[in-house]
Amino acid sequence: MAEAHPVGFQWVMEAKRRGAKVFHVDPRFTRTSALADSYLPIRAGTDIALLGGVVRYILDNELDFREYVVAYTNAATIVTEEYADTEDIHGLFSGFNDDNATYDQASWRYQGHSQNQTTRDSETQRETAAGLENESHGAPVGGETERDETLQHPRCVYQILKRHFARYTPEMVERVCGIPQEKFFELARAWTENSGRDRTGMLVYSVGWTQHSVGVQYIRTGAIIQLLLGNVGRPGGGVMALRGHASIQGSTDIPTLFNLLPGYLPMPHHANHPTLDEWVDSIAHPGQKGFWGNARTYGVNLLKAYWGDAATADNDYCYGYLPRMTGDHGTYQQVLDMIDGKLKGYFLLGQNPAVGSAHGRAQRLGMANLDWLVVRDLFMIESATFWQNAPEIETGEIAPERCRTEVFFLPAASHVEKEGTFTQTQRLLQWREKAVEPPGDARSELWFFYHLGRVIRERLATSTKPRDRALLDLAWDYPTHGPTDEPSAEAVLREINGYDVATGRPLASFTEMKDDGSTVGGCWIYTGVYADGVNQAARRKPGSEQSLVAPEWGWAWPANRRILYNRASADPDGNPWSERKRYVWWDADKSEWTGYDVPDFEKTKPPSYRPAHDASGVAGIAGDDPFILQGDGKGWLYAPTGVLDGPMPTHYEPVESPVRNPLYRQQANPTRKVYTHPINTLNPSPPQEHSQVFPYVFTVSRLTEHHTAGGMSRTVSPLAELQPEMFVEVSPELAALRGLSHLGWAHLVTSRAAVEAKVLVTDRVTPLRVDGRIIHQVWLPYHFGYEGLVTGDSANDLFGITLDPNVLIQESKVGTCDVRPGRRPRGQDLVDLVVDYRRRSGNLVHRYPPMVTTDVADSSSDQEA
Amino acid sequence: MGVRSWFEGWPVYRQLTGTDPLGRGAAAKSDGSRALTARTDTADSVARSVCPYCAVGCGQRVFVKDGRVSQIEGDPDSPISRGRLCPKGSASKSLVTSPLRQTTVRYRRPYGTEWEDLDLDTALNMIADRVLAARDETWEDVDAEGRPLNRTLGISSLGGATLDNEENYLIKKLFTAMGALQIENQARI
Ligand code: SF4
Repeated sequence: MAEAHPVGFQWVMEAKRRGAKVFHVDPRFTRTSALADSYLPIRAGTDIALLGGVVRYILDNELDFREYVVAYTNAATIVTEEYADTEDIHGLFSGFNDDNATYDQASWRYQGHSQNQTTRDSETQRETAAGLENESHGAPVGGETERDETLQHPRCVYQILKRHFARYTPEMVERVCGIPQEKFFELARAWTENSGRDRTGMLVYSVGWTQHSVGVQYIRTGAIIQLLLGNVGRPGGGVMALRGHASIQGSTDIPTLFNLLPGYLPMPHHANHPTLDEWVDSIAHPGQKGFWGNARTYGVNLLKAYWGDAATADNDYCYGYLPRMTGDHGTYQQVLDMIDGKLKGYFLLGQNPAVGSAHGRAQRLGMANLDWLVVRDLFMIESATFWQNAPEIETGEIAPERCRTEVFFLPAASHVEKEGTFTQTQRLLQWREKAVEPPGDARSELWFFYHLGRVIRERLATSTKPRDRALLDLAWDYPTHGPTDEPSAEAVLREINGYDVATGRPLASFTEMKDDGSTVGGCWIYTGVYADGVNQAARRKPGSEQSLVAPEWGWAWPANRRILYNRASADPDGNPWSERKRYVWWDADKSEWTGYDVPDFEKTKPPSYRPAHDASGVAGIAGDDPFILQGDGKGWLYAPTGVLDGPMPTHYEPVESPVRNPLYRQQANPTRKVYTHPINTLNPSPPQEHSQVFPYVFTVSRLTEHHTAGGMSRTVSPLAELQPEMFVEVSPELAALRGLSHLGWAHLVTSRAAVEAKVLVTDRVTPLRVDGRIIHQVWLPYHFGYEGLVTGDSANDLFGITLDPNVLIQESKVGTCDVRPGRRPRGQDLVDLVVDYRRRSGNLVHRYPPMVTTDVADSSSDQEA
Repeated sequence: MGVRSWFEGWPVYRQLTGTDPLGRGAAAKSDGSRALTARTDTADSVARSVCPYCAVGCGQRVFVKDGRVSQIEGDPDSPISRGRLCPKGSASKSLVTSPLRQTTVRYRRPYGTEWEDLDLDTALNMIADRVLAARDETWEDVDAEGRPLNRTLGISSLGGATLDNEENYLIKKLFTAMGALQIENQARI
């Protein structure tokens, strides 16, 4: 955090000054470690084993915050007897289907529920990244649940959790992660001692957790701990995602993502969502509790915002215009399709996949096989010049005179040359004023897309083709101003916020939205950002003149709420858990919720409210159910449906690992998303043969002085000067073993690529004792490429493509490699080197690592704890 | 010059006798530095902005002189950053005024070996042509069972996490109406 989110880290230091203990877990000692109370080096890709150890420690010693756990989580809920655990099936859960490597989730359901109301089968969910989407929608669990609040029933979630994590002992943590037991105990003790009524603990993660083939489950393990310790919805608690771009949160909320529409509404699937009603029902799940019960309202308001007057009740608000998914349309599928010649045109909007995405060579070869490419950026990035300067020019794989891709480079306006909002990492929208005009041909994306839409609509004006109706009926009349006809960003923000159609009055809250077409709103969770016709994101009341919550600086979704699920900061009766942790509470005199923040609860619903037997939607949420988007109002220690790789997290080895999974026979995530394509070769891992060809673990991350793929930092002289060169950090032990010298050269080889870097011999990376042997890890920054003021080989070239099944994010925080002294070979010799490694490791192009390895017993795995 | 003013002109003397014992402020000033004014004092205007790099969202004040960015500083009012910026945020002025920035449209024709110039309006129209052609060539009305698809898989787009919400909104709206599904950004990475 000190490295990649330095100014945010000041608050960790503030907390430390007030007595907080700071633990840092990382494969490499960083500036964060230097400032932490305790640093735990970990083998990359083993966090679930460590966190699972903490879960076991909590449950074994009954250190959970029992009142919170019983009232606010599903610990007491009873699960069907059909459920079988990883304990019983060597690391698989019940319901695994060998044919398509997915789970039938039926046996995971709650007792008494006839079936989960899942509308898509697990394979479709994986292909369309719907796992997490369901989770954010409160996965379908209608009806009442059977509960045992003594937590003694053998099939209540609490007991299931206890059995599931029984084998994650401190000894096992040490064996898997390489973390000494006394270090583990120090962490577990501090975490539990600093949680409860009077104290809260906070968990902070970033892409070191998400970029894994089991990434979602890393975060779920963290969430389980935080729920057990009562650290969710309370001040100083939570699971904080530190995101890496100025508005990456915004581009998820108002998604430029294939599987989502604004406000986390799913893009329709051709088979599951043929009509508006079926689409709405698949989100709302009639009968289910919580705020997703109003899905029709959110959906209709979006369709009205898109198609304006053309969208009416009679035509289902133009629902039919929406394109339909049939499977995986994600960025990695696209790149493989480019290589196979299936894609014609590609827009790159401030993103540089030639450097920033996994398997750089696949990215560049894909771009070299398009009809046309439009790059909009501030600088001439690698993804614009691949046809001229890519490493594949030297190997002869790309030659300008043979490369047919037509490239348009359009200069973009910078953040000071346009106005608009960024949504930062805590869901806070901040409006930026425009300082100056953009130079020359530089324009905002707002300008480019507004005018592209205008030109396209003019071309089609006389078209009678049905396919063009969606474009011609589009509400696309934004006011423009200035010499370049810049569209009004504020007008777009107003549409996002929503307004009353008849009067034009901006809506103050999504609860004012109607499902009859009389209101419009482009992103329901952002409604309120333009309340009273005032740009609330532009508010700048100085922090020094406000409370700690600072509610008048910018605007946070939803409803300017700064901590989500903050009803949980009060006890079931509505009183603060403690004076020290007072945040939101029930004011009995006024009969309303009040506090320092906007309560995340219906304002006048008393703690004593109990829903009628058949109540659904918002009315189904009891006065002591803080998790108002969940189908049962509870925080989920156990996910009865919705998480595609299991109801609880399980340690699987990374897809490329030098180690046989010490916990189970099942080696890697059995449901991971695999692409079998000639370019996507993978290194072998146990129990396959030849894993010793790639004996070392490598991981990558950011430097303080650079940003992502370098397009905004290697081009900026002070930053380029601060970190001028690609390097690799190796331990003194590995340097001795491989003959590497400090400040000399080394190259790393995988079955995809060989990458060279300057050697930094340092104790910041340390060999770990794992399952009785020494594992060496190396670390690289991933910022470098062949353009800009400072250049170097790209670390992401080393990775293959394997994705998490829930969200289709790639495993690019861990892989295996060989490390060799000296510079890498050039030209054909480079190709020969990589091909030779592939040959030595068994030519795995046609022999992908097996999905299921439960039939391979060996001495080191599947210990009976 | 009298002896007294000669003495007072000597920084060590001022440091030892004045209010600046560490010699980091008034004591260290020369006549030249005393006469300097900060760029922030002489700016024509100040825009309230936000750092464009990571998602901490540090507040920035962008100072403008003669239509150009003269300085970018941390905004002390921000409850998020309290005026601080990290090396990247502090380099924002260098970012937006970098001589490496491209300010004209560049065009590389198929099989071309060099960049060429192109007028912005021409480029916009050429891109519109290509979008429409690719869409027509790859349009899918219905699936094998006659259910609607309304889409093209011939066009894709990547990027959005560095852009404004309003921009992402228009991008998604236009591409969706066009039937272009394959829209992705850094959040998938
Ligand atoms: S100044 Fe640094 S920490 Fe703050 S938003 Fe910019 S990059 Fe992030």
